[in-house]
Amino acid sequence: MIKVQREDFDVGTELDKLSRGNPRIGGVASFIGLVRDMGGTDRVEALTLEHYPGMTEKKLAEIEAEANRRWPLDASLVIHRYGRLEPGDRIVLVATASPHREAALAACHFLIDWLKTDAPFWKSEETPQGERWVAARDEDDEATQRWKTGSP
Amino acid sequence: MQLLYFAWLRAKIGTAEEELALPSQVHDVNALLEWLKSRGPGYAEALKDLSTVRVAVNQDYVGPEHRLRDGDEVAIFPPVTGG
Repeated sequence: MIKVQREDFDVGTELDKLSRGNPRIGGVASFIGLVRDMGGTDRVEALTLEHYPGMTEKKLAEIEAEANRRWPLDASLVIHRYGRLEPGDRIVLVATASPHREAALAACHFLIDWLKTDAPFWKSEETPQGERWVAARDEDDEATQRWKTGSP
Repeated sequence: MQLLYFAWLRAKIGTAEEELALPSQVHDVNALLEWLKSRGPGYAEALKDLSTVRVAVNQDYVGPEHRLRDGDEVAIFPPVTGG
């Protein structure tokens, strides 16, 4: 399931919903991305996430479908927020559920790596020096590349 | 053709979207970007380094040789930074 929303989410409720009623599931893995208070050496007072409505949902659904092709998942969830967020606020939740932990953990890692290089979101940071767009990191591309060349 | 701009490309170009009739010589993404650069200083500044520009047509990533058609939704934006 994919959700792109301005509102916050409750991690406990979402993880509970993911596995409830399905006793085949033996493990749930999750990643939660938060707003950091530092960007490089500068203090970040807030950040604003812009996205491309329509393409965002489409790309996230494709990434989720790819994870389900690669691993035997019983359930998966991506919630990504947009709008203005402050340090400590949740940005993203990725969660996967499977009979065994290996598939759940690997698929969760895959989803967040791939999301960071393919889903059309952009962060703008408010710092004491003014507002600026966050630059993409080469490490993120390399993290996604690993999933393209290596076997799961 | 509908053009959409995001993040600092939107800020530099000065608009989030516009409907444009393409000149007859513009057939692919590369030619579109070159033609857009000639539309004003904001465009030229936004598109001066194409290594920091990504293009999606009808909400899928495409390369510079991708052929364009009337009615395409073309989005131009920087490398993504979500997550």
